[in-house]
Amino acid sequence: MTMASGQEFPKDNEMPETHSPASTRPVLSVSNLTTALRQRDGGFQTIIDDITFDIAPKETLAIVGESGSGKSVTALSIMRLLGGKSSRISGRVELAGRNLLDLTEPQMRAIRGNDIAMIFQEPMTSLNPLMTVGAQITEVLIRHRGMTQTEARRESLHMLERVRIPEARARLDEYPHRLSGGMRQRVMIAMALVCKPRLLIADEPTTALDVTIQAQTLALMKILQEEEGMGILFITHDMGVVSEVADRTLVMLRGKAVERGSTAELFASPRHSYARALLAAVPTLGTMEGVALPQRFPAIDQVTGKAALPPPPVDTVSADEPPVLRVRNLTTRYAVGRRLIGGPKFAIHAVENVSFDLRKGETLALVGESGCGKSTLGRSVLRLVEPKSGEIQLQGTDIRKLDTTGLRRMRRSAQLIFQDPYASLDPRYRVGTTIAEPILAHGLASRAEAQERVARLLERVGLSADAANRYPHEFSGGQRQRISIARALSLEPAMIVADEAVSALDVSIKAQVLNLMLDLQESLRLAYLFISHDMAVVERISHRVAVMYLGEVVEIGPRNAVFGNPQHPYTRKLLAAVPKLEPSRRDRKPMLSNDEIPSPIRAAGYEPPKRSYRMAGTDHFVCEN
Amino acid sequence: MADIHILATGRASSRLADLRLSGVAIVCIGILTIFILMAIFAAFIAPYEPSLPDLRARLAPPMWNEGGTTAHILGTDHLGRDMLSRLVYGSRIALLVGFFGVIVASLIGTAIGLIAGFVGGAVDSVLMAVVNTLLAVPNTLLYITVLAVFGQSLTLLIIVIGCINWTTFARVVRGEVLSIKQREFIEASRAIGQRPIVTIIRHILPNVLGPIIVIATMNVAMLIILEATLSFLGLGVQPPTVTWGRMLADGRDYVATAWWLAALPGVMITLLTLSLIFLGDWLRDRLDTRSDQ
Repeated sequence: MTMASGQEFPKDNEMPETHSPASTRPVLSVSNLTTALRQRDGGFQTIIDDITFDIAPKETLAIVGESGSGKSVTALSIMRLLGGKSSRISGRVELAGRNLLDLTEPQMRAIRGNDIAMIFQEPMTSLNPLMTVGAQITEVLIRHRGMTQTEARRESLHMLERVRIPEARARLDEYPHRLSGGMRQRVMIAMALVCKPRLLIADEPTTALDVTIQAQTLALMKILQEEEGMGILFITHDMGVVSEVADRTLVMLRGKAVERGSTAELFASPRHSYARALLAAVPTLGTMEGVALPQRFPAIDQVTGKAALPPPPVDTVSADEPPVLRVRNLTTRYAVGRRLIGGPKFAIHAVENVSFDLRKGETLALVGESGCGKSTLGRSVLRLVEPKSGEIQLQGTDIRKLDTTGLRRMRRSAQLIFQDPYASLDPRYRVGTTIAEPILAHGLASRAEAQERVARLLERVGLSADAANRYPHEFSGGQRQRISIARALSLEPAMIVADEAVSALDVSIKAQVLNLMLDLQESLRLAYLFISHDMAVVERISHRVAVMYLGEVVEIGPRNAVFGNPQHPYTRKLLAAVPKLEPSRRDRKPMLSNDEIPSPIRAAGYEPPKRSYRMAGTDHFVCEN
Repeated sequence: MADIHILATGRASSRLADLRLSGVAIVCIGILTIFILMAIFAAFIAPYEPSLPDLRARLAPPMWNEGGTTAHILGTDHLGRDMLSRLVYGSRIALLVGFFGVIVASLIGTAIGLIAGFVGGAVDSVLMAVVNTLLAVPNTLLYITVLAVFGQSLTLLIIVIGCINWTTFARVVRGEVLSIKQREFIEASRAIGQRPIVTIIRHILPNVLGPIIVIATMNVAMLIILEATLSFLGLGVQPPTVTWGRMLADGRDYVATAWWLAALPGVMITLLTLSLIFLGDWLRDRLDTRSDQ
């Protein structure tokens, strides 16, 4: 991502601020905010540069950008949460007429949590596991409102009810681990709002949540904003979320605000080339209607913002050959909890009676929310997790019957790509060694030949051959994911299980890696088992889709049929929860549901009822009960 | 806060190459080097034969004390043996037992820790039961029994010390393996069909080396004290070989009249172990795998 050096962001006077209808006095007014952070060598590097924006009451401003663009540093600068010695902040941050940057630390403490509240990405780590939910909320009230224990408790209960936590009174005395991720995020919101702040800073508040829970949380925030009249500064990398929540949007690129204006305008006609590139790279649900084959993302020039049309899709699926992978009635259960005598108490029904075929050159997407068993299914078909029963045929061999040697040989034809490009490469080895490892482990080539193959593989995934001599930490997330793909390809597999392979990547990088995967599918006729929670990505690149719920496939069929004509209620719910890139939709009244993702833990020995499937179209099956 | 994370990893570099020295580390390494050189070149440094008595010069004080002479810079002991020579030769046993004891202990402990952590299940339970049993038995009792039964050579002492002190290594390595096993590159190694033994050696072992080095450094200090204790009790290497522990024991009866007999070996033990412990501390800060990205 490079931007031509001559290109400058227009100065403020050239770019009129389009204010939201309520042009009352802003809650927060940030002008020329510049923050430099101390680097390891002792010098200071400017992380955010000359940021200016206002937030009015009841208004939501979204700051959007990719990782490293300075979104979080902006929020931390406003809250003055960066270390005094390791940061230099200049500019003005005005909250109700006071410049926060001039306040002393004790004055600032009185503002944090009181006038400005913050919620974070990780509801798991932001709550103290040793304190009850109630105690954590009352703590805020006692600190900032000087309430007594009884008053604070009453107020906390009231707040939990306001964030629509079911059975709030009982929840008050529970510890965070008893609550689901979505409920914990509600508790976080309750804690943030209990002092009725003027401004709420939400730093990627829904990124760690499943899509249906994300929709609930966003709806809740909107309702509460309406009731409380606070301003929200919403930090996110997700354009879909921006379009759902934000009145106005600020696009950041490498510490600079490159575009600012009303969200509707931004989505309709982005002015800056980067904003255009960012929007074009966002996979949007519904753009694939009537398109039969997976489609590459258009390559956008970051400087000109012009889109180069992708090559036309080629039909890679061979319908006449026998399938690469044939799975029948696969069941995987984990035992949990031990009795003193006898077997385990419970079983997690991670995968339950799943059957499907995967053909050469085909992408079958497994979608569902966390805990639905899609990752376990992906690992079960490779026998990285031992299935309990069922049949897995890989290129005609029943791999459940293989011994250790046979299993090792099987690994040559089925490979895996992981979600976290930071964790899946051993940090201690050069990239070349990592990619050559499978070749040498299977004795496919001599060391010298392996080096040549590594060079070819690196070029194939869009890196230069001399990348082989460098260590993983020298690469970005997207490049590391390319390295992972090169390693998977080194054995020339027929099938690759891609487990959330692009979920951790930034939008533009995600598009590039997906394009690479489609290129490889076309040239190598690879079959992908594509595990993802991202419906928009799935719609773009898959041939067929299987929707999983509690370990079972509830709907499976051609992508067009599942997305265009969803039959199972869960598929519909999942599709409805995906944020849409249409800011106009925001005016609808938010609907708030309290549905939770149920748990697949059952008492040991539980046998699920027999499912029957009905045919909803060609090759399109839906679970009936 | 993904942004900060990226900033931090962007400048992360290979850890071993990044071992910039601190002041404390320089001093510790300096002291250690002096001790090691002293042990190697003992024959050239020591002015006298360490176990040669000179009854005319009994209990001579160090040269800076009243009555001290330059003939015996650090004085002599109750048999008139030169203290400096004895201290110099004593460093040999301390370092030999410390270093080789740790090598034996870390080899056993690492192997057991790797197996317990990687294989898991019943194997893990059994191995950890052994570790806990060994920890429950009073060590001194073990040493006395083993050394009483098998005699008291230096080699035997090193082996016995190694065979009893591996438990720390096993526990730490097992813990590290359990956490590294969860990382995706280990699963990646399984997914490419790598043999388990190769996975352990190539991917797990290098990633537990940091903690092993840290414990090893600290353990050398512990074993030096252990050796001194055993010698003090008369269980260590037998005379005429000089050990600091034996010197301490000899000096015990003269503490009131000739302080240098007990104090000087005490200072040596303290200096050596302290510098090892500080070095271990510094290594821990630098090598700790938990501070990786």
